[in-house]
Amino acid sequence: MTATAAAPRAVAGRPGRVPVTRVFRFELVKLVSQWRIRLLVPACWVAPALFVAVVSRQSTLPVDTLFGRLMHATGWAGPLVTLGFAGSWALPLLTSVVAGDVFAAEDRLGTWRHLLVAVRSPRRIFAAKALASLTVILLLVAGLAVSSTVGGLLAVGNQPLTGLDGHLVSPPDAAAGVLLAWGCALAPTLALAGIGLLGSVTLGRSPMGLLLPALVALALQLAQMLPLPVAVRLALPGYAFIAWNGLFTSPAQAEPLLIGVAVGLAWAATATALAFVLFQRRDFTDLADGGGRRAAVAGVLPLAALTAITVAVIAVATGSGITGSGIEQGKVQRAVATEFAHLYRLQTAQLNRPDVTEDQLHATAVCTKGGGSADAAGAGNDWRCVVSWRLPGVAATGSAAYQLDITPDGRYVADGDGPKEVNGYFLVRTPDGDAPNPLWQFDGIVELLPTGAKG
Amino acid sequence: MSAILAARARGITKCYGDVVALDHVDLEVAQGHVHGLVGPNGAGKTTLLGLLLSLAVPDDGHIEILGTAVRRALDAPDGVAGFVDGPGLYPSLTARQNLAALVALRGGDPRAAGLDEALDQVGLADVADDRAHGFSLGMRQRLGLAAALLAKPRLLVLDEPSNGLDPAGKRHVHGVLTRLAADGVGVVLSSHRMDDVEALCSEVTILHTGRVAFSGPLGKLAAENRELDYRLLTSDPPAARAMAADVDGIGIIENGAADALVVRALTPALDELVTRLVRAGIALRELTPVVSPLEAAFLGLTEERGGQAMSAALSEERR
Repeated sequence: MTATAAAPRAVAGRPGRVPVTRVFRFELVKLVSQWRIRLLVPACWVAPALFVAVVSRQSTLPVDTLFGRLMHATGWAGPLVTLGFAGSWALPLLTSVVAGDVFAAEDRLGTWRHLLVAVRSPRRIFAAKALASLTVILLLVAGLAVSSTVGGLLAVGNQPLTGLDGHLVSPPDAAAGVLLAWGCALAPTLALAGIGLLGSVTLGRSPMGLLLPALVALALQLAQMLPLPVAVRLALPGYAFIAWNGLFTSPAQAEPLLIGVAVGLAWAATATALAFVLFQRRDFTDLADGGGRRAAVAGVLPLAALTAITVAVIAVATGSGITGSGIEQGKVQRAVATEFAHLYRLQTAQLNRPDVTEDQLHATAVCTKGGGSADAAGAGNDWRCVVSWRLPGVAATGSAAYQLDITPDGRYVADGDGPKEVNGYFLVRTPDGDAPNPLWQFDGIVELLPTGAKG
Repeated sequence: MSAILAARARGITKCYGDVVALDHVDLEVAQGHVHGLVGPNGAGKTTLLGLLLSLAVPDDGHIEILGTAVRRALDAPDGVAGFVDGPGLYPSLTARQNLAALVALRGGDPRAAGLDEALDQVGLADVADDRAHGFSLGMRQRLGLAAALLAKPRLLVLDEPSNGLDPAGKRHVHGVLTRLAADGVGVVLSSHRMDDVEALCSEVTILHTGRVAFSGPLGKLAAENRELDYRLLTSDPPAARAMAADVDGIGIIENGAADALVVRALTPALDELVTRLVRAGIALRELTPVVSPLEAAFLGLTEERGGQAMSAALSEERR
């Protein structure tokens, strides 16, 4: 050996830490340099506008999607239809591509050691990667929202929006509602992003890591189609993708939405924290890196515990219990009667008849399920409602029948069953010609939580 | 010769589960020297290099880098650079962008960091603005070296830097490493190419199954070695063969070739044979070891410990 331990030592200084902003900037550069991101950014800022503009001008509308049947009537329906699609497909896929790959990319490229030697702080690397993926996801979500709104307003116009209880939402209120709805959808998006980070950290270059947010989102959607108890439904991190519907009733169904947002944020925080802890524990000299499976288990168990705790808290706090779908006869009757009354006023205005108020109409509904009579409950397409109302100065009581298809998440489609002059035909004859009949078919929602639990 | 150590490891043990990657390994790398790390696959070379870069800390033993004890992962002092398990490059970025990003991550100003000079040193100036996606393995190795140079290292740690290099690339890399050592930088590199190690390194450590089989100057390794096989081409092969048979300590290896003589000998006996050939007026046209001294020593040391299987693996690798 040419040197000895006894020789004078050149004592080198400890390295200075690089600010997170520099690492963040580098992570952004890497993300933006990927062809997938380069493709997604313009796609998210252009495609929704084209989609909304084209669909709004077609004779066939996406009536299966909430607000889809209103796309001819107002430009504000476009961004809400887009949000419905985005919650199901676009946002989970976007989070998969961005957050699900942000750590795995380093495994795939074999650049972890290079990055660690340069930055020398896993904490900073994690923060920079999480922030960079969050930034890109926000950019993509903003693109979807802005683009679909611009497309709708340019193609159809700035008309009032018919809410999910039939009341008219003025353009400014519709704008605020659209903004708020997209904002609330960020919570489950962040939850999926957190799951993406966790999958990316634990599963590395495995395709499962990349697909995890999309697979979780698919599982959550399937779960929402099942007849789950309300507390379980609200405790799932994707519920805010549905609960924003409550913004378009009067008063707004804020409680389920707030719960959905809180659950989404709790999942985002928990999944991200788990990803951080597991990332910190990783040994980057271990080529085999065989801790992935253990880490995956360590990531799953806390999230399962979070779900269990959330279910219990929601069940107790809202009084919904841990059983029951939340779809009950009384709530369905109130929802249908209220919406009918609002829409009846719209039809009255279309027909140039003297205006009446909802109070004057005094609309009531009697709903049954499956031909039964009492204590009907639960989702199904076998609901039937008969709505009754009065007009000022008229002794007779009007009545109209509806077939209802109620999905487990509380959304319903009411299909007019006559009489023809009221709700049995899709057009009404107005002084200006034929127009869509607002009472023929309409969408609505039943509030799943006990109404007594409202604050 | 410098008296200051760039890296010093004492009693390093590192395990991954039940696998002992390093078992009480000692290593000293002097500043101004190139230290070679050789060993069969799985010997623990990359693990040791990773510890020198402080990517992790050993389970037992201690490491000093540039005179500073490393007690936590990623806690190496300034002045350490290099790569293990291949250079970390981002294929979607150009060569220049890769280097600029690295400089920025280290807190420097890419505009004043001398990116062009570093690229020029490794012979990549012409492709500075090409994406690394299209780079060959050799170009990636050179870009990785350029990235390490930008850190102004005092200890440079390189894992098989000669992999995939063509002769021109090899010349660039060897030139850079030699200059760095001349400037006082301690370089530790692993390689399966014994000719590279012999050409570059003044000292070598041979690892085998996580343990040090040998550590010291190359000359010492050759001296400690067993007899080597040499190939001789002379102007009179029959006379040379007869002369070799008369020299004590020389064994003739029958190789079936009429014009070449292969003998097995220690250096003193070989010197005696050459002297006698010259005195007898027999021209010596070629005298080369059948395998390099380092390779022979490597094979000898690892075979002693690992048996014939290791030798077969190395031979396979050489092919």
